[in-house]
Amino acid sequence: MDFNDTPEEAAFRAEARAWLEANAELADPHETTRNLLSEREDPATIAEAQAWQKKKAAAGWTCITWPKQHGGRGGTPIQQVIWNQEEAKFKTPPNIFAIGLGMLGPTILTHGTEDQIARYIPKMVEGSEIWCQLFSEPGAGSDLAALRMSATRDGDDWSLNGQKIWTTGAQFSRWGMIVTRTDPNVSKHAGLTYFIVDMKSPGIEIRPIRQINGGSGFNEVFFNDVRVPDGNRVGAVGDGWKVAITTLMHERASIGSGSGRGTFKDLLRLARETQIGGRPALEDSTVRQKLADFYIAQRGLQYTSYRTLTALSRGQTPGPEASIGKLVGAPLNQQMASFACDLQGATGALSDPAAAPQEAAWQDQFVSAPGLRLAGGTDEILRNIIAERVLRLPPEPRLDKDVAFRDVPTGPANA
Amino acid sequence: MNFDFSEDQKLLQKTARDFLVEHCPLEAVRKVLESSSSYDPALWKGTAEMGWQGAAIPEAYGGAGFGYLELAVLAEEVGRALAPLPFASSVYLATEAILLAGSEEQKSALLPSLASGDRIGSFALFEKPGTPTPDAVETRFEDGTVSGTKIPVVDGDVADLVVVVARDGDGLSLVLVDLDAKGVERTRLESFDGSRSQARIRFDRAPATVLGKAGEGASLAQRVLDRAAILMAFEQLGGAQRSFDETKAFAMGRYAFGRPIASFQSLKHRMADLFCKVELARSNCYYGAWALSHDARELPLAACQARVAATEAFELAATENIQIHGGVGFTWEYDCHLFYRRSKHLALALGNANSWRERLIQELESGSAA
Ligand SMILES: Cc1cc2nc3c(=O)[nH]c(=O)nc-3n(C[C@H](O)[C@H](O)[C@H](O)COP(=O)(O)OP(=O)(O)OC[C@H]3O[C@@H](n4cnc5c(N)ncnc54)[C@H](O)[C@@H]3O)c2cc1C
Repeated sequence: MDFNDTPEEAAFRAEARAWLEANAELADPHETTRNLLSEREDPATIAEAQAWQKKKAAAGWTCITWPKQHGGRGGTPIQQVIWNQEEAKFKTPPNIFAIGLGMLGPTILTHGTEDQIARYIPKMVEGSEIWCQLFSEPGAGSDLAALRMSATRDGDDWSLNGQKIWTTGAQFSRWGMIVTRTDPNVSKHAGLTYFIVDMKSPGIEIRPIRQINGGSGFNEVFFNDVRVPDGNRVGAVGDGWKVAITTLMHERASIGSGSGRGTFKDLLRLARETQIGGRPALEDSTVRQKLADFYIAQRGLQYTSYRTLTALSRGQTPGPEASIGKLVGAPLNQQMASFACDLQGATGALSDPAAAPQEAAWQDQFVSAPGLRLAGGTDEILRNIIAERVLRLPPEPRLDKDVAFRDVPTGPANA
Repeated sequence: MNFDFSEDQKLLQKTARDFLVEHCPLEAVRKVLESSSSYDPALWKGTAEMGWQGAAIPEAYGGAGFGYLELAVLAEEVGRALAPLPFASSVYLATEAILLAGSEEQKSALLPSLASGDRIGSFALFEKPGTPTPDAVETRFEDGTVSGTKIPVVDGDVADLVVVVARDGDGLSLVLVDLDAKGVERTRLESFDGSRSQARIRFDRAPATVLGKAGEGASLAQRVLDRAAILMAFEQLGGAQRSFDETKAFAMGRYAFGRPIASFQSLKHRMADLFCKVELARSNCYYGAWALSHDARELPLAACQARVAATEAFELAATENIQIHGGVGFTWEYDCHLFYRRSKHLALALGNANSWRERLIQELESGSAA
């Protein structure tokens, strides 16, 4: 048992490190980690991110696990993780390509035609075209298959009508991947079809939605007779659920290299620098007990990810431990932010970077953290997944199986 | 990255599990709980024959010379089986203290009989309710004898020797006492986990020899406790995993309202959370095993992490196990209470979780963090 790279892993790390040193600036490890969620839609940030992506792509550092002929490196999952670990040590723009490269690209590679792969993949890899995921609707989130966006065949085209919501990055995306309902008369999972849609098409209207953290990372997207050529269909008509599952599987498989690392250090520093009863808060026993619990949970997550990496490193499929990260990590983030604001007393309510400690990073995290517990599967859905897929506990009885979609019960909050 | 046990270690684990399934079913645990016996001597002999007590003792001192990763694997199985054995007292505490601080002569004299299981060791720290600090120790070492009262001493009634934390001049020392010597009076005490034994030991000028450097008892005791905490965390992990497995199996087979109770979402979500808790504890335990086997600088911190995480996991798993069983979970006949009792026994045996959280923060303050 050790934390060492194998000789091959060490060689790969050295190669990655050398390229990064030649092309980027090392980050200061003592700097407070800031949550960039609310800055991603800024055009300057996007341009910077695209420039960095292009540089990486030219040297073959994006999509390390993809085959070489599709712009990848033909590498292993562990190499991707090693790259992520090394890249994180450098000052780089936020990664706005994760939805495309992590989820949509693999879906096209699995279910797309050769023409689709040739047209879309290279530009996705080099970052010149950004992608978004048009899955959720006002009436369909956790229960994605309840979606109603309609697609009807019209000659060589399809006509799309309806609404998507919570679409991250729609406002700066060139392409989107969308799940639609092509047949409401069959059961809900059977009537779906998956398309690639040009976000510049006439009839698409994008309205940014203001988030509770002040940013507008996600949008409402309205479709009014949007024409999509049949050549942009991914998979067969009626096979949309199967294709969507591929996308969702990749969403869950994206493994972090240890969640929220470093932020504990900031919290410890904060406890040293704030006071309770005229003494550093760090001397207060309730503060100490709480800090210990945060530390242990974070370390638990970190070593759990090391166990996952070990499985990858041995060429095995990661075990159930891989599904824990988000379910434990996202609420932990929120609890730590809330606690950090508490430590600051009345000042904890100030989000002015000049007035609150550590440039108000904790206040930013406090208002951003709830989103992490919802996006990409809510806490509750993750518990269902662990219970049913990992622990193999029986499913709940359902009221939406074996009936035509139009007869499935629905309520006023689904409109 | 190689953060897992090796194939050989997993094989050892399987052998240990098979052995305990055969020789230590829960009826055997219950037998000790319900009788006046303090442990299961036949099982003790059996594990000794397989070299478990001497797993981390070098061959030169009669041990099997496996190593700490192997001992951790065995500890998890001992915990999983709720084995009614003085394993922690003798192996993680007394043996570790002697390995850590003993002179060549002490090691040669004592380790072979501890490795073979012919003698049982124990460790005496506590004297009164609460969480002790070094200056609260009143038991005294003077002129080659020790006097004072230690309570509780786990396995103190059946042990042959004990490592005592005693006041020695201005500081503390670890001293070794042969429990058959004159001046030693021991009384077995009732506890809520009757499958493990507890005792009060009164020393009245009992002959004692210093273990390690005189006056360094406080730091030596802490080092012994840290090492023991990691190994005990594996015992707790084994208990937590078993409780979880039993909970799940029961919930799949019990029906209410026309369906398995395991299909109710409130129970599914609690089992999912419990699963996370046990897995995170496992990860923290693995880190502890790594630190122990590499004698790493981070060992104290790793010990605190493993100890707290495993304590919480086992306590929660044992508590949920009763709740999810319903009424039968509260009966003497069902086995749920065996886990519940053991989880609390282990949670307290090396000082409670709060004291380990406090120690973790002290470690972070002193900067030994990786
Ligand atoms: C920051 C952010 C970015 C996002 N980006 C995108 C994106 O790019 N593309 C996209 O398509 N979507 C995106 N989403 C949408 C996201 O996937 C959904 O918000 C999420 O799946 C929940 O769906 P919902 O909002 O409809 O809530 P609902 O599904 O209505 O859930 C409401 C509540 O009910 C609970 N619930 C629902 N079903 C169950 C069940 N079976 N058991 C127990 N509880 C249940 C939920 O956990 C939740 O607490 C994003 C969301 C956020 C917050």
